[in-house]
Amino acid sequence: MEFWQSIDWMGVLKCFLVGGLICVIGQILIDKTKLTSARILVIFVTAGVILGALGLYEPLVKFAGAGATVPLTGFGYNLAKGAIEAVKEIGLLGAFTGGVKAAAGGIAAAVFFGYLASLVSKPKIKKQ
Amino acid sequence: MEPIETPKEYQKYVDKKSPNSPILKNCFNAFWVGGLICSIGQLITYYCKFRGADQQTAGTIVSIVLIGVSAFLTGLNIFNKIGKFAGAGSLVPITGFANSIVSPAMEYKSEGYVMGVGGKMFTVAGPVLVFGISTSIIVGLIALIFI
Repeated sequence: MEFWQSIDWMGVLKCFLVGGLICVIGQILIDKTKLTSARILVIFVTAGVILGALGLYEPLVKFAGAGATVPLTGFGYNLAKGAIEAVKEIGLLGAFTGGVKAAAGGIAAAVFFGYLASLVSKPKIKKQ
Repeated sequence: MEPIETPKEYQKYVDKKSPNSPILKNCFNAFWVGGLICSIGQLITYYCKFRGADQQTAGTIVSIVLIGVSAFLTGLNIFNKIGKFAGAGSLVPITGFANSIVSPAMEYKSEGYVMGVGGKMFTVAGPVLVFGISTSIIVGLIALIFI
């Protein structure tokens, strides 16, 4: 099992702690405010875009890896990073193509698997 | 029991009788479930890198796998059980995004496969994409000025 020996468990621990803490922020928002879960998702993605644009999220990604990229703030960070990099490369057009291009895999997978899973799902049968 | 006469007294009475807000327990559950989901993502990242993928590719694969798995877990009614227990722990990671697509789509299946499933799947994901993508375009336009 060469793969298991190659794992940096310290990295996994950092990822666990940071990812967990980001979720705790969400939980506090749920418990202490009247925000719906839909709004919380929007807030996290938008916050990720802004933090990513200001360069504040990058250090967290370097430190915690998936602990910072798997939460929805990471999705936002990815959008911002893609947009900025594309602007540097191709200018104005990059502002429109860069963000979605960087997040394309996730968006396409969500649409495709989302539709597929809904098709195969069984509607809940309520027991009387 | 003393009679309750003012709204203030009533509020005191309600506060005394209602159970303590389980916020600490909720936060603890959100913490470890959320951390665990991210750690699974980290292990997939390591595996992709072990097989020779770069950081960007590994990140995309992690998103696709987590989204795919949680979409089907939602379809099988397993995800909502995890969600009830973990709260933000399963909502805030990208798994929550997939769940937010499948749950309304399932509910409106009776309205048909085009406008029911195809339309309602964006009830929550729509706003997320609108605000996320629009903000990223604004960020790009601002970056244009500074470069």
